[in-house]
Amino acid sequence: MVGLRLVDISKKAGKRQILKNTSVEILDKELFVIAGPPGAGKTTLLKIIAGLIVPDKGEVYIGDQMVNAVPPSDRDVGMVFEVPPIYPNRTGFENIAFPLEIKKMNADSTKERVEEVAGLLQITHLLDRKPTTYSGGELQRVALARVLVRKPRVLLLDEPLKNLDAKIRETTRVELKRLQREFGITMVFSTHDQLEATAVGDRIAVINEGIIEQTGAPEELYNSPKTVFAARFIGSPTMNLAECVLKQMGDRWVLDASDFNIDVTMRAQAIESKAMTSELLLGVRPEDIILLNSPENSGCFEGRVELIQNFGDERVVTIRVGKVSLNSLTVKERVFKYGQKVYVKFKEEKAHVFHRKTGIAVA
Amino acid sequence: MPKLVVKNLRKVFGTFEAVKDVSFQVEEKETLCLLGPSGCGKTTALRIIAGLEVPTSGEVFVDGVLVNDLPPQKRQIGLVFQDYAIFPHLSVFENIAYGLRVRKMPEAQIETKVHETAALVDVKSILDVPGKKLGLSEMQRVAIGRSIVLDPKLLLLDEPLSNIDAKARERMRAELGKLQKEIGIATVYVTHDQLEAMTLADRIAVMRNGLIEQIGTTSEIYDRARTLFVANFIGSPSMNLIDCEPVYDEERAILKSGGFSLDITEFAERIRDKTKGKELVLGIRPENVSLDIKKTDPRAIEAEVQLVEPVGAKSIYHLKISGLTVLAKGYPMPEVNVGVKVWATFNKDKLHLFDKKSEETIV
Repeated sequence: MVGLRLVDISKKAGKRQILKNTSVEILDKELFVIAGPPGAGKTTLLKIIAGLIVPDKGEVYIGDQMVNAVPPSDRDVGMVFEVPPIYPNRTGFENIAFPLEIKKMNADSTKERVEEVAGLLQITHLLDRKPTTYSGGELQRVALARVLVRKPRVLLLDEPLKNLDAKIRETTRVELKRLQREFGITMVFSTHDQLEATAVGDRIAVINEGIIEQTGAPEELYNSPKTVFAARFIGSPTMNLAECVLKQMGDRWVLDASDFNIDVTMRAQAIESKAMTSELLLGVRPEDIILLNSPENSGCFEGRVELIQNFGDERVVTIRVGKVSLNSLTVKERVFKYGQKVYVKFKEEKAHVFHRKTGIAVA
Repeated sequence: MPKLVVKNLRKVFGTFEAVKDVSFQVEEKETLCLLGPSGCGKTTALRIIAGLEVPTSGEVFVDGVLVNDLPPQKRQIGLVFQDYAIFPHLSVFENIAYGLRVRKMPEAQIETKVHETAALVDVKSILDVPGKKLGLSEMQRVAIGRSIVLDPKLLLLDEPLSNIDAKARERMRAELGKLQKEIGIATVYVTHDQLEAMTLADRIAVMRNGLIEQIGTTSEIYDRARTLFVANFIGSPSMNLIDCEPVYDEERAILKSGGFSLDITEFAERIRDKTKGKELVLGIRPENVSLDIKKTDPRAIEAEVQLVEPVGAKSIYHLKISGLTVLAKGYPMPEVNVGVKVWATFNKDKLHLFDKKSEETIV
């Protein structure tokens, strides 16, 4: 078992509290993603696992062993940085072989190991060339090979795709996932890109200002966000959010956002007992907003098309309803015009409800 | 009259031909996007239009006037840089007023102009705030305000969203889209991000190796790629591209690639003469490959799921079909996991066919 456990980690840098009582449990052979905006504490967390930063408080376990006192070189953890340090005067082979050289491995085994890793990463053609001739993606893979060649038990990747072109990012992320499977390695991967996070991660921890907001499988984070932050962070286009109050209208209960409302009669009691307030936030994913050309009897609201974004296979249409702009995801076959009048209908059963003050999900 | 006409632009740096022969025009109120990977010549083309680079040959007309011999500040072009270049110690008002002061406009007129512009780019409430205290989207609006206050005939934007984290980029992309509609100035926008191009542009010019491969509306570029390069570059995940050869007999037409075959008898007449004896590349976008657990469509092809990437409302399925990797994109199917056998159906109306040698489309 080479899972990882961080227990109650806190770290300050100057006056800034970077991590606050952060606990994470990463399973053996898992591809675990730490996702959050810049400055959330992702890199600090990785460096604490690697032993490059000493936490002010808390414990780090690799497998069953507490490693707080173990120096980085003895932790058997490999880390690939955002900007990998590669020696420009050495060939690809020499760069990748470097860690083995330090370990004084003999030439035959070194050659075998380097070629094996290069084959898996599909960079055999780079072994004789020097880094100045590499593309960004190739450089990243050589850096990765240099870490993998040591066969570390745990591999940490700090925003490994950040500096790559959008197209290369897409293929490299698949390669990384494939590699993690083939090597059977525990991999921890940080990113600010939620799409990358859900695409590669077995599980994801969404981190914000040093606090882990939610940990779970991609589908779990997408379908059942536990906080407003997680709800906003995961998913693109972002979940629509509007302030609302829970109130009774005749024999129905609605979440009233003044410019529109949705029926939650079935869930009203649960919401009320959990929130203990009527001051709430309503969240609706763009695919759960339906656009109609003519009004239905009830539960739909007039708005105007404010923006149309072409996503290729889909369209994101922004509708202005009163003071609120709502994004709706629609099929490309539907044609909309700027300023056009449309009617918005919500998939009520898919609505998320959050406590307005605490940001915690109540339904 | 078009706001910008670029004719046979060419630029050579030493022995490197950065821009080979580029011509296009931008109409009033239109946003044209120059899109391509690093090194395709898009930024050089933009810099030539702005007057920051002298072309080796070719002509640039702004609003009907040949500007080749005019310095940047006389071209009536507003330029917004990647980092926005806001003066940190000047207030928003002074940042916007800067160009007017350089032009020695009377104070009263400056006052009016800045307020008008501030209303347009929605920074009226922060006119006194110093540049260094601005958030990202405020900086974007101030940078655009500072350009448009000079009443340019044309606006140039150089990768304005490229150094911003994914979540903020999504928000600012939508804001930029709304702003463009409001200010209505002809715009040239440079990016390597195909999604940014699709969502913001009216038309896209896809560039490669110093040439425009295809220019057209966003839908044209997405639905009717003229070359293999464009097909591969536009859309995320990329279009599936499968090397194959046509096999015709009296009754049927089949595209074959190793063990993979696709019946295209319905198109045989249209393509027989154009494809006979040629090596072809079959293209199909992931959203046009649909999956089923059972074989309900008699022409469905057996596939094994190799990887699932949950990306929000949809999931990307990496399939193995007769030794080929094919991607499918659709609503998540909880029962479809790695290793599961599924049946894939290609939407025949959405097939692309390219000549492998010329890399150009056949149908």
